[in-house]
Amino acid sequence: MTNTPEKQKPLVLVVDDYQDAREMYAEYLEFSGFRVAEAKNGQEALDKAFELVPDVILMDLSLPVMDGWEATRRLKRDARTKAIPVVALTGHALKGHSEDANEAGCDAYVTKPCLPDALVDQVKKMIARRGVPPAR
Amino acid sequence: MASPAPLPPAEAEPGARLVLAEHLLACESAVACARAMVEWLARRSSAAVACLGPGDGGNGSACLASEGLTGSQQAALARAWDAPASPLSSFRTRPGARWLGADALEGVVIPGGFLAVPLGRAGSPAVALLVVGVPGPLVPQDVAWVASCAGPLMARWVAADARAPRRPEPDRLLRRVINAVSDPVLLTDAEGTLLFANGRAEALLVAGPDASPGRARAVEVNQRLFRETLAQGGGTTVHRREVPLVDPLEGMDLLFELVTTPVLAPDGPSVVVSVLRNVTDLGRATQALGESYRRLRATEREARSERHRLDRVLDSVADPIILTDPAGGMVMMNDPAERLFAWPHEEGPSSEATERRVRANAALFASFLANLLGPVNAGVSRWKSQLTLDEPATGAPVPMEAMANKVLGDGGELTGIVTVFHDRTEVLERARLLERVKEVSSELEARVQSATAELAEQNELLRRQAIQLEQASAAKSQFLANMSHEFRTPLNAILGYTNMLLQNVSGEMTPPQRRNLTRIDSNGRHLLEVINEILDITRIEAGRMPLHLTDFGIPELLQEVMAEMDPIIARSKLTVETHLDEGLPGVWSDRQKVKQIVLNLLSNALKFTHEGGVRVAAEYQSATSTVAISVKDTGIGIDVSNQEKIFEDFQQVDSSPTRAYGGTGLGLSICRRLATMLGGRVSLQSAPGQGSTFTLHFPRRARRT
Repeated sequence: MTNTPEKQKPLVLVVDDYQDAREMYAEYLEFSGFRVAEAKNGQEALDKAFELVPDVILMDLSLPVMDGWEATRRLKRDARTKAIPVVALTGHALKGHSEDANEAGCDAYVTKPCLPDALVDQVKKMIARRGVPPAR
Repeated sequence: MASPAPLPPAEAEPGARLVLAEHLLACESAVACARAMVEWLARRSSAAVACLGPGDGGNGSACLASEGLTGSQQAALARAWDAPASPLSSFRTRPGARWLGADALEGVVIPGGFLAVPLGRAGSPAVALLVVGVPGPLVPQDVAWVASCAGPLMARWVAADARAPRRPEPDRLLRRVINAVSDPVLLTDAEGTLLFANGRAEALLVAGPDASPGRARAVEVNQRLFRETLAQGGGTTVHRREVPLVDPLEGMDLLFELVTTPVLAPDGPSVVVSVLRNVTDLGRATQALGESYRRLRATEREARSERHRLDRVLDSVADPIILTDPAGGMVMMNDPAERLFAWPHEEGPSSEATERRVRANAALFASFLANLLGPVNAGVSRWKSQLTLDEPATGAPVPMEAMANKVLGDGGELTGIVTVFHDRTEVLERARLLERVKEVSSELEARVQSATAELAEQNELLRRQAIQLEQASAAKSQFLANMSHEFRTPLNAILGYTNMLLQNVSGEMTPPQRRNLTRIDSNGRHLLEVINEILDITRIEAGRMPLHLTDFGIPELLQEVMAEMDPIIARSKLTVETHLDEGLPGVWSDRQKVKQIVLNLLSNALKFTHEGGVRVAAEYQSATSTVAISVKDTGIGIDVSNQEKIFEDFQQVDSSPTRAYGGTGLGLSICRRLATMLGGRVSLQSAPGQGSTFTLHFPRRARRT
């Protein structure tokens, strides 16, 4: 499927407490030529982000332990991670989450349900903006 | 006594003087004359009075009559009158009255002094002396008058006494009898020549040679009058008529009734006996009586007219008025009072009830009056009270205010009581109405208060309900949001995996697998659509649907809509065309919402149309600066009765369990709400079987709210 060396593949951190969604996106991202790391909550996301320094972070906003907004705010405050694009991902369409998300430092905003291919498109857009070599 | 004292005024007791004059004229001797004089003066002045004159037998003077003097005093006076050297003797020749002190005469002491008045004819020596005890030289009028009146008579009688009767008297006794008659009696011949007159007649009709000119003139007048009157009678039968004569002494007019009787003398021609009766007083009395009577009649007439006027005045007063005497008996009442207190005799037979009411009214009035009557209430001058009388005819109660006032006479005695009634019906009615108005007004006030309280309560209730509603609404919104989230999360996985499978992520699939997966995908999307619609409604209701105003063109928008709907249009086998007005301006509005509405309308049109086509048209109405995008179909159409219903939440024309068309029933509701947000509206023109035209009208430039 891919001839790009593993190391060169962009790393996407998928943060979602809903396992099926997380795994679905991970599977499709990997299928689409990305390396994927997963996190179940905000705290884990921070740990993984500091540890792995991913190229893009897909951040679900409603999370246990630490929610997506807070996690995003911390990432954006930290020198190591503040350059990493964060795509906010939420099933809550009601409240003005997009503004909140922007305030917290999210670079893009995607509403669930979001089909895997649409999500991958968004990720690709982010990577292209940063100048990271595109996957595939 | 050359000039007798002037005659006293006629008014000064003419009666008493007249009596004396008459008496004097009737006297037949100097003594009788003197006695009359002395008695009269003594009675008038209650002083010592005496009259000195020639005594019987011609041997010196004597006291002819005296009052208040002793016998020795009388004798002393008589001696002094005769004595040549006495102060009195000079009075025989010196006219006029003279006052002498108490002790001027020796042997005579008259306390306070006395007047000596010579009596006799003027110009001749005095024949007698009148002595009157007075304290000063002032001659009282009575004394002067008596002297002037009696002087000539005394002189005549003294002279008559002195000489023997010269002419023989036919019948001295008869003459005396006739003389004694107090009325003048005359005997005349048929021609009126006087043959004989008694003393009274002489005083009127005979003047002696020494009579004063006034008297002579008066007598002459009297004689003429008498003769004329006598001549009128024709001296054959007894005749009565009136003859006016003059009092020769006082000049007063006298009226006599003359009764003449012809008498045939035995020895000669017939003579006439005339008897005069003084009817002066009678005439005057008659006259006065007539006058009084006339005045009485006039007064009576006046009183009657006064009374009539008063009656009319009183009757014209609407209030009953009653005048009662001091005993409480009714004297007078006006018409209004009669209606209450009198039997209506004129108005036919009165019923028993009417009479009973009248009696009751009278009794009530009597008891009311009792407050003013009787010695106990002498000090009360007015009394006021409320009486409820009965209308005699109908028995209706008449509330009255009665005010009684005592009417007092000149001496302060009670002469009557005036009672005025005042009908209080109107006053009471007014008071009652006022009371009623107050009652109603307070009732009204109470009602207003209770209504206000109720209103406040309801307001409070409404406020609470509003809060509850708001809370419920918020809860509903929250619930829907949560539910939507909970739906989305698994749906996200379902659609995601389906999508991945369809992309052969897990390897090639067989065509049946792919067909089935496509159906799962389609159903999942439908479910998502429903969730989105519910979420939209919730957002709009919660005011969480923001407006994003941008500049955009309608043609591009419609193109996009057509592109999105293309798969469905292709499946429907309907002809779908668009028509754009020339000169469609660019608009300033929420593009996404306009698009959503048009999408919704178009998808609805496709859903309910089985043959024919759908036409989407856009035009600009410059008059209202609005853009209209209409979606016209040839579908089943909607009955007028349902045209409003379909815009409501979850409503469909056919909402039965067996309905032919699916859908949440939220599409049009959302369209309408979104149109309202844009400042526009969605209108519908349709009829069953005639197809439908939904039109979105919205302003070219939306105003941010």
